[in-house]
Amino acid sequence: MRLMYFSEAIDDALAQAMVEDPNIIVFGEDVLLLRRNLLARFGPARVRGTPISESAFLGAGVAAAMAGLRPVVEVWQVDFLSVGLDALINHAAKLEAFTHGNWTAPIVVRVPCGGGYGDGGQHEQSLWGWLAHIPGLSIVVPSTPADAGRLMLSALRQDGPVVFFEHKLLSEIYLAALGSGGRESVQFDVPAEGNRGPVPDKWAPLPLGEAIIRRDGGDLSLISIGVGVHRALEAAQALGKDGVSAQVLDLRTIQPIDKFQVCQAAAKTGHVLIIDEDYEGFGLSGELAAILLEAGISVKYARVCTQTTIPYAQQLEKQMLPNTECIIASAKSLLVG
Amino acid sequence: MDLWMLYALMKKSRLFEEAVAQLWQRGLISGEMHLGTGEEAIIAGIVSQLMPGDAMAVDHRGTAAFLMRGIDPVALLREMLGREDGLCGGRGGHMHLYSKEHLAASSGIVGAAGPRAVGFALAAQYLRPASVAIAFFGEGAMNQGMLLESLNLAAVWNLPVIFVCKDDGWAIITQPQEAARGDMGERVHGLGVNYVAVDGLDVDAVWSAGSQAIERARTGGGPTFLHNRCVHLEGHFLGYELLRVTRRPFQELPKLTVPVLRSFLRKGGGSLKERLAGMKMILSKLWSTMRDPREDENNDPIIRLRQRLMVDPGRLNEVDQNALTEISAVLSAALVEVTR
Ligand SMILES: Cc1ncc(C[n+]2csc(CCOP(=O)(O)OP(=O)(O)O)c2C)c(N)n1
Repeated sequence: MRLMYFSEAIDDALAQAMVEDPNIIVFGEDVLLLRRNLLARFGPARVRGTPISESAFLGAGVAAAMAGLRPVVEVWQVDFLSVGLDALINHAAKLEAFTHGNWTAPIVVRVPCGGGYGDGGQHEQSLWGWLAHIPGLSIVVPSTPADAGRLMLSALRQDGPVVFFEHKLLSEIYLAALGSGGRESVQFDVPAEGNRGPVPDKWAPLPLGEAIIRRDGGDLSLISIGVGVHRALEAAQALGKDGVSAQVLDLRTIQPIDKFQVCQAAAKTGHVLIIDEDYEGFGLSGELAAILLEAGISVKYARVCTQTTIPYAQQLEKQMLPNTECIIASAKSLLVG
Repeated sequence: MDLWMLYALMKKSRLFEEAVAQLWQRGLISGEMHLGTGEEAIIAGIVSQLMPGDAMAVDHRGTAAFLMRGIDPVALLREMLGREDGLCGGRGGHMHLYSKEHLAASSGIVGAAGPRAVGFALAAQYLRPASVAIAFFGEGAMNQGMLLESLNLAAVWNLPVIFVCKDDGWAIITQPQEAARGDMGERVHGLGVNYVAVDGLDVDAVWSAGSQAIERARTGGGPTFLHNRCVHLEGHFLGYELLRVTRRPFQELPKLTVPVLRSFLRKGGGSLKERLAGMKMILSKLWSTMRDPREDENNDPIIRLRQRLMVDPGRLNEVDQNALTEISAVLSAALVEVTR
C-alpha cells in the first residue's frame, strides 16, 4: 500500500499502463505542464501538447484510436468539451454501431470537472449526464485515489471510448492551479479521503459498472458519484447522530451503471436520496428514478442536484452545489413525509 | 488622438488591476484571475474610439476593456467580490462579465469572441448602421476553429468587425511556435481579411491602426485583423506556476523538480534519450519564462508612454494623482461591508 493524491494516482496508473502498452499516448492542452512527470519518464513522443483546437485534436484522437493507438486526450475542463463534441457524439460513440461491432475507437478522454473553487458557471459544470445520454460512450467518475487509478486502468482496456472525469476538488493538481494559485488565504471544502488515500502497489483494473457501498445503513439510501459521495458520507454521519441510519452507494461509473446495486440499495431501505452535482433536469437523478420504476421498486425518492447555472459568488456557489446541509434537510423531509 | 487621455485610461486600469491582484491575494476574489496588465495600450487604443452602439466581445482577460469602455468600476469590482450589487449580481465573476447596455460580453471559452463579434456586427448591419464590433483574444485563440471560421464569415459577409489579437507569445504554457506553423498575417490574408501588424506596446500605433480599421468598418469596408504584440506582466494568471518558480526559485523550484526527477528515474518507460528530450522541454519552459521580457521596462506600455509624456512632468504628476485618487475612491466604495 502506498498513499497517493488523487491525480497522482491517476497518473501513476496511467504510467503503469504506458509501460505495458506502447500504443498509449497522451495529448492535450498544456499537458507538458500538467503531465510533466509523464513527460520526463516517457518523452515527448508519448506526451505531447496541442494547440487550443479541441475539435481537431479530439477528432484526431478518435481517429488515431480507430487506427490502432490508445490515445488519452485531455481537455482543460469538461465545459470546453462543448467545442469539440462532434468527435465524441457523432464519431467515437457511433463507430461500433455503424460497423455492427466491427470497429471501435478506444480513446480515453480525461476531463477535469466540478465546482467549489470559484471559477463560475462556464468552468465548474459536471455534465456527465449530458454525455451519458449518448449511447456508445462510457462515463467514469471516481471518488477516491484508489478507484481513480484502477478505473483509469480499466478505461485503458475498453474497446470503445471512455470519458474519464477528474473532479477538481479532489485533484491536487487542478485545485492548486485554478483554485489557490499559490495563495494561502483561500480554503476549499476538499473531502480528505477523496483527495489522498491508500492505493495498491501494483494497479489492477476495476471493472466499469460496479458500484460500491461506502457506508451501510437501514433507513435511507444515499446514492451519489464523485464529490457527492463524500458529501453524502458527511451527511450520513450527521444523520447517524440523529438516529437515522443512512447507507451510501457510490456509483463510480454512470455508463455502464450498476442497476443491480441501485435496486438492491433502494429495496433495502425504501427511501432513496440522490446526490448529483450535475444538473437536476434530464440527467442521472432522473435516470435512477426510471431504473427503479422499471424494476418495479417503489420507494420514497428525492434528489439534491445542481439546479441552475453555477453562480460565481462564493456563498451562492456553495448553496447551489449539493452540500451536506441540504442533503441532511432533504433526507429528513424524505423520512418524515 | 489625445495621448494624455489614453495615458489616464491606461494608468487607471493598471491601478485598478493592481488592486484586484491584492484582493485576490487576500482571498477576497475566488478562482482564477487573469490580469490585463501589460496590454493596456492595446485596449486603450481601441476602446477609446468606440461610440454608443458599438459592441465588444472579450475573452477571459476582459477587465481592462470593460473598465475603459466606461462601465462602472465599483460595479466591476463588486462583481469580482461576488456581491449582489456587482455588475452581474456576483453571478459571473471576472471571466463572465456582461453589460447589455454597452453591448459588451466576455467569455471563458477560448475563441468564442470571434463568433460573438461577428453576430454583434451582423446585428449592427441591420439595426445600428455604421456601428462596429470588436473581438479581443490572444494568439492562442487563433488555433480555435470557431475563431478562424469567424474570420471567414466576417469576410464573406463583409461585416464591420475588428479582430484584435493580443499576442503575448504564451497561451498558458504553450508558445506559438509549438502550436502553429506559418505566418499569422498570411493566415489572416488567406481568409480574405485585412491584416495589420501593430506594436501593441505603443498606444499611439494601436490607436492609429485602430482608427483606420474602425473607419473602414464603419464605412462598409469590412473586417480588419490587428495583430498586436504585448507582454503579460503577471503571466497567464495570478499565481501562474512558471512565474512563481522563476520568481521564488528556492521555495518553488523543488516542488516542481523533485517529482519530475523521481519520475525521470523510475523503471520502465522511455529510453534515456526520450527521457532527456522530455526533461529538456520542461527546462526550456522554465528557461523561456526566466528570459521573458518582463524585466525590461520598455515592455511596459505605461512606462513607455510616460517617457513621452515627460515633456510635461507637472501635468503627468497631476494625471497620476487623479488616477490614484479615483481608483482609491473606487476601492473604498467597493470594499464597503467587505470583511476579512
Ligand atoms: C475552449 C477552451 N479551451 C481551453 C481553455 C483553457 N484556457 C484558458 S485561457 C487559455 C489560453 C489562451 O491563450 P490566448 O488566447 O493566447 O490568450 P491569453 O490567455 O494568452 O491572453 C486556455 C488554453 C478555455 N478557456 N477554453
